[in-house]
Amino acid sequence: MLLLWSVLPLIVTLWFSLRRYNLMNPSRTGFDGLGNYRYLLSDPGLGLAVWNTVLLLGSVLVITISLGTLIAILLDQEFYGRGFARVLMLAPFFVMPTVSALLWKNMMMHPDNGFLAFLMRSVGLQPIDWFAVAPLTSIIIIVSWEWLPFAVLTLLTAIQSLDAERKEAARMDGAGPIAMFRYIVWPHLGRAVAATTMIETIFILGIFAEIYVTSSGGPGFASTNLSFLIYRYVLMEYDIGGAAVAGLLAIVLANVLAFFLLRSFARNLDT
Amino acid sequence: MATVDLQQLRKSYNSTEIIKGIDLTVRDQELTVFVGPSGCGKSTLLRMIAGLEEITSGELRIDGQRVNDVPAAKRGLALVFQSYALYPHMTVAENMSFSLKLAGVRRAEREAKVMEAARILHLEPLLDRKPKDLSGGQRQRVAIGRAIVRHPRVFLFDEPLSNLDAALRVRMRQELTKLHRELKATMIYVTHDQVEAMTMADRIVVLQAGVVEQVGTPMELYRSPRNLFVAGFIGSPRMNFLTATVTSVSETGMAMTLTDGTTIHAPLPASALGIGDTITLGIRPEHISLGVEGSIGAQVNLVEHLGSESYVSLQANSGEVLTVRVSGESKIDPEETVRLALDTDFLHLFDATGQRIS
Repeated sequence: MLLLWSVLPLIVTLWFSLRRYNLMNPSRTGFDGLGNYRYLLSDPGLGLAVWNTVLLLGSVLVITISLGTLIAILLDQEFYGRGFARVLMLAPFFVMPTVSALLWKNMMMHPDNGFLAFLMRSVGLQPIDWFAVAPLTSIIIIVSWEWLPFAVLTLLTAIQSLDAERKEAARMDGAGPIAMFRYIVWPHLGRAVAATTMIETIFILGIFAEIYVTSSGGPGFASTNLSFLIYRYVLMEYDIGGAAVAGLLAIVLANVLAFFLLRSFARNLDT
Repeated sequence: MATVDLQQLRKSYNSTEIIKGIDLTVRDQELTVFVGPSGCGKSTLLRMIAGLEEITSGELRIDGQRVNDVPAAKRGLALVFQSYALYPHMTVAENMSFSLKLAGVRRAEREAKVMEAARILHLEPLLDRKPKDLSGGQRQRVAIGRAIVRHPRVFLFDEPLSNLDAALRVRMRQELTKLHRELKATMIYVTHDQVEAMTMADRIVVLQAGVVEQVGTPMELYRSPRNLFVAGFIGSPRMNFLTATVTSVSETGMAMTLTDGTTIHAPLPASALGIGDTITLGIRPEHISLGVEGSIGAQVNLVEHLGSESYVSLQANSGEVLTVRVSGESKIDPEETVRLALDTDFLHLFDATGQRIS
C-alpha cells in the first residue's frame, strides 16, 4: 500500500512520458518510445529552465541564509521593542505566495506607481521596469522576501539554544565579536543551516505562483523554471507527454541536488 | 603569580543589591574558597572578578593594578565553568589551544603548551577526541587544561565538581588540590558544598546574602565560628543549638539554664554577659556523649548508621532536636530514653544577635 502510495504517480508519469499524448490531437495516440525525450531535450527552453531553477534556488538560499543569520543575531540582542520586531520580521511568511507576488508586482516594483520607482525618482534616477529588464532577479527578490522569515526563525531558535556559558568561555578566551561568530556561533548553526537549506530547496524547486502572477515566465524563457516549463507544456501546448518528461527531469534534478546536499551535510553534522 | 584585592565591591541589578560591599584580599598562591548557600552571591562575585559581570561600585585590583574596566580576556584570569563549556565542534587539543590561537601564538608554541597541559592532566591519549566522546571527569580535566595553557595569574573555578557523581567528585577534589600544589597558582574556588571548602581550601570565605560572614582557614572557622550562620554552615552534620538563659557569671566560668530547667556550667569567662541574658549554646555532634549519665535528658528519634560511626538524632527534653555522633558499634534504638553530657571545653556561645561570645 505504502509502495503504491509513493511510487504509483512516478510510474504513471513514466508511462505518459513514453506515449504520444497531446490534448489538441487526441486521435494521435500510441507508443512513442523516446520521442518525447528527444523533443524535450532539443527544446532551447529546457536548458534555460534548468539553469533558471538552479540560479533561483542558489540565490535565494544564499540571500536568506546570510541575511537571515545577520537578522537573527540582531534579533537575539537585547533592545527595546524586540518582541514586536520579531513579530514584524516573521510576518511575510504568513502571506500567500500569490498575494505576495501581486504585492511586489503592483505596489513595490511597478515602473510607474511602485514604491521602488518612487524611491528611485526621488533621488533622481530613472525607474526600472523590473519584470521586463530583470525578471529572474525580481523573482529572486520576491521569493527571498517570502523565505527570509523562515530562515530567521530557524536560525534565531538555534542561536538562542547556544549555551551562555560557552559564549562566556569564548569571551574569557579572548574572542571578539567576529571570532565569536566565526568559531562559536557559526559552527553551532550548522544543523539549523542544513535544515533550512533542505526545506527551502524542496519548496523553491517548485516555485510557480510567483512566476505565474508576475512575469509569466517571460520575456521568452528568461524567468521560466522547470515547474513553469511543465505548466507551459501542459496548458499552453496541451502536450502531456512532453510535460511528463519535464516532470521526470525535475525529479532527477531534485534528486541530484538532494544527493549533494545530503552528502555535504552528513559530513558537517558529524560534529 | 598574583594577589586579588576587593575593596567595597558592590553589584546591583536595577535597585536590588546583590553584593553589598565586600572587602577581601586573596593571597598569592593560596586556594581561596568562596562558600555559601545558593543565592548568597558567591558566583556573582566570582564573575565580577572574571570580568563577566560589571562592577557597580568599589575597586577590584589584581597585583595592585585596578582592573574594573579591563575586559575579561585581558585580566589574565582563566575560569573553569560548572558546565565545562567546552566547544563541541573542536577536538580536545583545539579546545585547549583556542585562546592561544586567538592571541596569535604560533602553532609550534601552541602545541608545546597543549602538550604540557595534557601531560599534567593525563590527557595525552585524548587530544584528538571531541568532547562528546569524553566522560564527565575527562571533560572536567579538559576544561582545567584550557585554563592551564593560558598560564593565568589567577585560576577561577565556578562550582566545577557539582556535575560529577559522588565518587568522582572526591577524586577530582584530590586531583585539584594536588594540581594547586604543583602549579603554585593563586586560585579562587566557588562552591556551595562546605565539605569541598573544608577539604580543599587554604582559606575559606563564607558568604551570605552578599556579605562576607567570616574569612579564615578551615580549622579557624570550625573551631571559632564568628556567628551563628558560620557555626551552622561549616561542619557536617551541623552544629547543635540550644537556647539558654545566663544564671551566674564569674571570673572562671558561668552557668546557664536550658528551657527545661537543666543547669549547665561552662568554664568560660563571659564578662560581656549579664544574668538573665538569653544566649544560644552551640555544640558539635562529636562533643556530646550519650549514656546513662549526663545533664540533659533526651529521646532517640532516629539512628543513621554510616558503618564506622552513627549519627543519632534526638529530641531533648527542652524541645530542641540534637544530633550526636557515636561509634558505629554503639547499640541504640529509636524511642530509647538517654542522658547527654556536653564536653564543656567545646561549647560555643552566641549572644541574642547571633554573634560569638569569646
